[in-house]
Amino acid sequence: MTTPLIRIKGLETHYPLGQRLFGPAPVLRALAGIDLDIPAGSFFGLVGESGSGKTTLGRAILKAAPITSGSVAYDDGQSAFDIGTMDARQERTYRSRAQLIFQDPYAALSPRMTVRDIIAEPLEVMGLTSSRAETDDRVREIAKKCRLNLEHLRRFPHAFSGGQRQRISIARALVSGPKFVVADESVAALDVSIQADILNLLKALQNDLSLTLLFISHDLSVVAHSCDTVAVMYLGRLVEVAPSRTLFARPRHPYTRALLSAIPTLDPDAPPRMQRLTGEIPSPADPPPGCRFHTRCPFAQARCRQEVPQLAPTQDGGQVACHFWKDLPDA
Amino acid sequence: MSLLSVQDLTIRFRTEEGLITAVEKVSFDIAEGEILGLVGESGSGKSVTAKSLMRLMGDNAVFDPASRITLHRQGGDLDVLGLRRERDMRPVRGGEISMVFQEPMASFAPAITVGAQMVEQLLIHTDLSRKAARTLSIDMLARVGISDPARRFDQYVFEFSGGMRQRAMIAMALSTKPRLLIADEPTTALDVTIQAQVLELMKELVAEFRMGILFITHDLGVIAQTADRVAVMYLGNLVETGTVRDVIRRPAHPYTKGLLQALPRIDDLDAPLMPVPGDIPGPLDRPGGCVFHTRCGVAISGLCNTQIPQEVTLAPGHAARCHALTKDAP
Repeated sequence: MTTPLIRIKGLETHYPLGQRLFGPAPVLRALAGIDLDIPAGSFFGLVGESGSGKTTLGRAILKAAPITSGSVAYDDGQSAFDIGTMDARQERTYRSRAQLIFQDPYAALSPRMTVRDIIAEPLEVMGLTSSRAETDDRVREIAKKCRLNLEHLRRFPHAFSGGQRQRISIARALVSGPKFVVADESVAALDVSIQADILNLLKALQNDLSLTLLFISHDLSVVAHSCDTVAVMYLGRLVEVAPSRTLFARPRHPYTRALLSAIPTLDPDAPPRMQRLTGEIPSPADPPPGCRFHTRCPFAQARCRQEVPQLAPTQDGGQVACHFWKDLPDA
Repeated sequence: MSLLSVQDLTIRFRTEEGLITAVEKVSFDIAEGEILGLVGESGSGKSVTAKSLMRLMGDNAVFDPASRITLHRQGGDLDVLGLRRERDMRPVRGGEISMVFQEPMASFAPAITVGAQMVEQLLIHTDLSRKAARTLSIDMLARVGISDPARRFDQYVFEFSGGMRQRAMIAMALSTKPRLLIADEPTTALDVTIQAQVLELMKELVAEFRMGILFITHDLGVIAQTADRVAVMYLGNLVETGTVRDVIRRPAHPYTKGLLQALPRIDDLDAPLMPVPGDIPGPLDRPGGCVFHTRCGVAISGLCNTQIPQEVTLAPGHAARCHALTKDAP
């Protein structure tokens, strides 16, 4: 096991929900006690339904979401940051080390800037280069790595298709030379034929630039193909963390099993799977007590309604937060 | 029995930059009780095709004179493109044809209760009394699995969760008992667990009401699990049609093959992801000849870039348009 690049301990992110005259104001616990290590050099997948807190977790690591309590630490061997407590100067350095690739390549790029200016902006804002020539060199270098045509640098984003725009936004995220990149639903808005191309590019860039990627997605088949480790979230908690192959071959948590069985397979004759989830994800403003999944879990028992299950190691290298995972029938 | 026939449908849009071809010579049939999947990427013309069935086009749409859309009815066939007055279009707009849109939040009026909207369309399309329409609407909400339907009936759409909105949309579309339901990416905005519930529900309802469904999606997995037949569209052309089994097991057109190879498969994690090379051409530089030749790995220069391929029948009901199919296969 390599050393973790990101170490998260007891992370809580709360958002206030209005005010009360008496007593404490209600809060939405978007993240409820997250413990997670992201190993350096991994392609780390984070999956969950909408409202599970996966985007909030990604943003909290980048200090773009509040850290109410707990800690997030970054250590790449050369520099280390405690994300919750760092000052403004450290934060500026951290921004060049940790970056975000957005979901929607149509909304993420300013229509009034040329592709060159879009990619160069982070360098200029962070003051990482001393001359225009140096900036141009860096832009050209990263554009080449992202398989952008250098001729295109002078054009405006409207001239490009979704796949090309996503390559531009990847180049912009990588131009400052980050070690850690959060890719939040970065292929969700793309067509299937283009999506594979961007996934392959991310994989190649990861090797090339020795990046650590946190890949956030709701699409399990995409995650299965790209990531080496996968964490599954449900209502602000991690329910299972495991190497991809283990997770997809032997899912342990009932929620992971239900998620996997809900993926439509390409085989028209596949028998209908039995593990249908009934109901919908409860509101994170009013989560169920005990195990947050018990309201939809086919195996829930009395203990699940009272006691919060903690992540515990399984024998095949993963971790699962379920009281009864050992007793469940084989999936 | 055929429910709806589309023949040589060609739709162009007048824009400032010139005439843009969105759909070109598309023909297909939908039978009663059949789910036809229409697959294609963005810009392939699948939504434009669907909207033309209900005449939901802007003023800048131009139908080619050879285009025909015929709704087969007991009392005589209806020429959909021949309808001139708005009120004549009622049968195809919610009467015999209903539509479920991708974004249910945008399809309900935000300031009118869900129930009032359901009743309103029933009063337009049926001769039910207001009270009977209310009873039917509540009944339909219950049928699509919304709990406490009488209370939900009086709520606004923002009080519904995403899956519930899509269910309510389906309940509303089905309450007039349409013979054809058009579902335009009905599950794309939903989570997989909710998507599975909605797909199950749609299959049950087809079996019960014997209606035809035109199911539009970009997700071949969803098609494999729901449709009987599938039509693959690329840049406004139907490149391949056939039963789901034929198209997915024995894809003939290079584009269909490419789509299947680009799809990450959960049952084979070692298979490399093969993107379809290149990008979808913009609407203004539509390729001549076979529209796919700019991205095709087996394109024959001098043939594919100049001549439009004819439809080749591969098996009963399975056809594709590709020059490589008529040449001796390498």
